[in-house]
Amino acid sequence: MTTTTTTVTETVSLDKPLPKGRSLWQLSWMRLKKDPYAIACSVIILFYVVVALLSRLDLVGYPWDAKVGESYGRPDTSSFATFLGMDIFGRSVMYKTIYGLRIAMSIGLVTACIAVPLGASMGAIAGYYGGWIDEVFVWFYTTLSSIPDLLLLIAISYALGKGMTAMYVALISTSWIGIARVIRGEFIKHKEREYVVAADALGASDFSKIFKHILPNVSHFLILNFSMQFMSAIKAEVILTFLGVGIQGLPSWGNMIDDAKLELARGVWWQLTGATVAMFVIVLALNILGDSLRDALDPKIK
Amino acid sequence: MFTFLVRRIIGTIPIVFGVALVVFVLFNIVGGDPALMMVGKHATAQQIADIRREYGLDLPLPIQFLHYLRDIATFDFGRSYATRQKISDMIMNGVGPSLSLTLPAFMLTTVVSVLLGLVVSYFRGKIIDRVAVILCVIGMSISVLAYILFGQYYLAYDLRLFPISGYDYSLTGRFEYLALPILLWLFLSMGSEVRFFRTAILEETSQDYVRTARAKGVSEPRVFLKHVLKNSMVPIVTNVVLEIPLLVLGSFLFENFFGIPGLGSITIDALHNSDLPVIKTMAFVISLLLIFGNIMTDLIYALVDPRVKLS
Repeated sequence: MTTTTTTVTETVSLDKPLPKGRSLWQLSWMRLKKDPYAIACSVIILFYVVVALLSRLDLVGYPWDAKVGESYGRPDTSSFATFLGMDIFGRSVMYKTIYGLRIAMSIGLVTACIAVPLGASMGAIAGYYGGWIDEVFVWFYTTLSSIPDLLLLIAISYALGKGMTAMYVALISTSWIGIARVIRGEFIKHKEREYVVAADALGASDFSKIFKHILPNVSHFLILNFSMQFMSAIKAEVILTFLGVGIQGLPSWGNMIDDAKLELARGVWWQLTGATVAMFVIVLALNILGDSLRDALDPKIK
Repeated sequence: MFTFLVRRIIGTIPIVFGVALVVFVLFNIVGGDPALMMVGKHATAQQIADIRREYGLDLPLPIQFLHYLRDIATFDFGRSYATRQKISDMIMNGVGPSLSLTLPAFMLTTVVSVLLGLVVSYFRGKIIDRVAVILCVIGMSISVLAYILFGQYYLAYDLRLFPISGYDYSLTGRFEYLALPILLWLFLSMGSEVRFFRTAILEETSQDYVRTARAKGVSEPRVFLKHVLKNSMVPIVTNVVLEIPLLVLGSFLFENFFGIPGLGSITIDALHNSDLPVIKTMAFVISLLLIFGNIMTDLIYALVDPRVKLS
């Protein structure tokens, strides 16, 4: 039998501080800072947020329902209000687009801010406890995901009446499922790991194990999912409103595109362009940022 | 295979029950008084009472739910409130147009996207690949509605290449009307599809068997068409699973735009008429189709991947 001895030749000087380890977050942040696309997209998203806030404070594009020109007036670069032309009632398409932006941003933000934590905690509890809790949970989400999102959304807006609240409830109740499923799977994997067993041995409570020990280790999924939910909420709002089950009486992008359906034949293209381009830019930015985040948060890349 | 099928179908019973429960709770409890919803605000007390009696809404809720389950089991959903048609007949008439639109569109999209995915990954890292990836991201960021509106306006209204809307029930005549929707469907889903298949195929090309094939001197096109394509069937079927719910959305939008009398149109019309019995049935029937579609894809998995055992 041979014995192997290892000699540590490297001496660690205690005078100098040890090289600092970098956490996943620090590494990701470093990678993200070097990614020009990610920076550009963040700037675009920030710009949308600022415009939405200014619109909320009535500083930009206010009032959207005032008559600023003739009916179906052509785009005219002389002033900001007439830049994108006028709709059938002579209202500024630019102002309507900005109001639509505000609606889209609040839909995206509220949906993502509620659906992601909700889905994550549901998935965490189901995955951590297992047993009948998990079975009931799996049954519940399989049922909900068997009903096509669109029909569930239609049912909810039918039940709660059309408007912003119904829209929030409808979008949240369909969008928590995806992240809940992922987090549940991760918790089933993680709860057997040594660090959780160690925490358990030290007398950590279930609550502390779920939220303090395991959740931080899977939280990169939350960030990714947040940007995805934000984007799909914006898209869903436009389609639902277009189909007549969403927001009514306010200039959402979906309503503008619905108007455009009849306007195109009269050669009025500006309302469609305003809504489509505004939506395209934010969805593109979220798409690219999502990809960059996925790369930056991948723990396998160093 | 047979036992698998039976087991899967039995396994869906709790799910079908759950769907029925959710639909019932949403429409009969959360949504307020269904009778009021149907007749509107200006109805007399007599009218409301009649509606309640006709649709059994005066019974206690658990009994109503049992009646609903009985309707589902016998496939007899009563009559539409708006048109007085039998709902089961409406569904039967709607399935044909919906499937004539969604199935060809879906198959064409998958075939074209897989082929493009192969081409793009063959040229990985080259200019074609980079341009394609950029086009894909741009393509998937444009609103679905914009594609349909532009297509319908320029190709059908302006250039008169296709009829603007409508439907013909004859077997060949229907494709005159369906050609444009199918074409637009292809374009609007290509962005995300090609990107998905590119990633899936590139993952395959880094496998050992590809290196072995190349080392044996197999020509590059043959590596892709024979070896990689065959092994990419699994991600392709996975994508099918992911796409099935989108078929519902597509059928809603396209049927609405192009006046195709399918299940989507029926639901949207019912929605505008507050035709509660129809909406309720549609929500249930379409969910059932989805569940059925998922079972089918499980079977296809086993067909394309010998490692999957149906046990």
